[in-house]
Amino acid sequence: MKTNGFDVERIRADFPVLERMVNGHPLAYMDNGASAQMPRAVIETGTEYRSRYHANIHRGVHTLSQEATEAYEATRELVRAFIGAADQREVVFTGGTTDSLNLVAQCWGNTHLKPGDVVLVSEMEHHANIVPWDLVCRRTGARMVKIPITDSGEVDQDAYAMLLAADSVKAVCITHVSNALGTVNPVRHMADLAHAHGAVVVVDGAQAVPHAAVDVQALDADFYAFSAHKMCGPTGIGVLYGKMEHLKGLPPYRGGGDMILSVSFDSGIRYNAIPHYFEAGTPPIEQGIQLGAAIRYLTAIGMDRIAAYEQELLAYATEKLLAIPQVRLVGTAPHKAAVISFVIDGVHPHDVGTVLDDLGIAVRTGHHCAQPVMERFGVPATTRASFAFYNTRAEIDRLADGVREVIRLFQ
Amino acid sequence: MNARTKQLYQELVLDHNRNPRNYRSMEVHSHHAHGHNPLCGDRLELFLKVDADGLVADVSFIGDGCAISKASASMMTAAVKGKTVADAETLFQEFHAMSMGTLDPESAPNHLGKLAVFAGVRDLPARVKCATLAWHTLDAALHGHEQTSTE
Repeated sequence: MKTNGFDVERIRADFPVLERMVNGHPLAYMDNGASAQMPRAVIETGTEYRSRYHANIHRGVHTLSQEATEAYEATRELVRAFIGAADQREVVFTGGTTDSLNLVAQCWGNTHLKPGDVVLVSEMEHHANIVPWDLVCRRTGARMVKIPITDSGEVDQDAYAMLLAADSVKAVCITHVSNALGTVNPVRHMADLAHAHGAVVVVDGAQAVPHAAVDVQALDADFYAFSAHKMCGPTGIGVLYGKMEHLKGLPPYRGGGDMILSVSFDSGIRYNAIPHYFEAGTPPIEQGIQLGAAIRYLTAIGMDRIAAYEQELLAYATEKLLAIPQVRLVGTAPHKAAVISFVIDGVHPHDVGTVLDDLGIAVRTGHHCAQPVMERFGVPATTRASFAFYNTRAEIDRLADGVREVIRLFQ
Repeated sequence: MNARTKQLYQELVLDHNRNPRNYRSMEVHSHHAHGHNPLCGDRLELFLKVDADGLVADVSFIGDGCAISKASASMMTAAVKGKTVADAETLFQEFHAMSMGTLDPESAPNHLGKLAVFAGVRDLPARVKCATLAWHTLDAALHGHEQTSTE
């Protein structure tokens, strides 16, 4: 099938897992919000590293170590260009989005928060952008305050402006794209307001980076976190982008090798430069190199083309599911990424998930690590189909048919 | 549908999900517990009236959950009503063993009867806790624990 010149069949051929049968049906993988699949180029990059130049980095003078170091550090420049950062040193490698956000909460929060300060956290945040702030607020005496969301699943901008004006807000924590609702937040607008009040903006970009071109400078984000495994890369590695002005002066995140220049019991410890200063210990080297391969792969297709195609899928899936009277969408913001969260009258999402799995359709069911969102909409859980650029309209037809089968079974 | 899923969502299960038995709260009770499956968000509240002879004179539940957890709770109440506490405990042990795949109700002697309809969850690890939540809550209530969780 070709849509606006986007040859999805050719792209699908790059993903070995899409040839798989699940429970007697071709796999229809719609759990990309949890983890996206890997193209052959990313898999083979890992195999090549393992079979040809597996070695520790930043250490040896031998050939393998140098090759590994070069390949790993090449990813830093690829990430910089991919997200429009000004300087490679602003790209810190972490274990993933959760790790990135913990780094900001601990290093920045412990340094800058004091009793009476406020950290604003949107009601649609993933637990990873809530719990680290709760921890640091308890330690520092600062307060975490919720920015409410509206019935359509958007940040209540009036409430946000009032919260900023009322308190001594030091940080605003906001997801770029909601994993549970699909909402794309107006990060630049919110950052401008936050900056006018002297607050920094910490953006969870896990669901945004894989699905549209992201420019951290255009967003004016102070910190921006994301994971490799949601963008066709492996698990175990992620990125924290931070403006150099904010990274400078922070205390170390973790201590160990690689983050130091020298260690002496007599003359003390001298630390390495940013970003290595935040990267103690041997990193996930293979995964870092694979992240580079994933960025090359996505860039070759083009993030704008990916975004346009996924918007078509979103519109098609929305129309197909809304045609089923028992289906109610959770998250109806006008500006959404290709994520559809829904509930079916009288059927629990876990039963939906089991029956869809039976039909070879992989969706996520549950609270999506965003329990405040479930609370806000008064549901225990939802079924979520989250699309990637390798999904097709035919798969969405199967999803809609599957939902009809669920309804037939349980009602 | 595949045989596995069909086996799980048998008409008996679908019926208990649609029309759960003993679905009500009970003001005057001797035992009571909350069950929670944090992974799914399933919640149920169980009430028991155990008489002086150690018989479960009445049992009821309220709560929200998937079809498996609701039907399992409904069938649990139907199964233990009128039984002794000791017999109810035996059923809990057997149901638990069946869900974990260590008791095959088709080959090993047991008292499960209709409850064997849930044997299929042993092949669906993600759903075992849905089926056993009501039984863990029963066990907690009988032992005087107010809260139980599958995690």
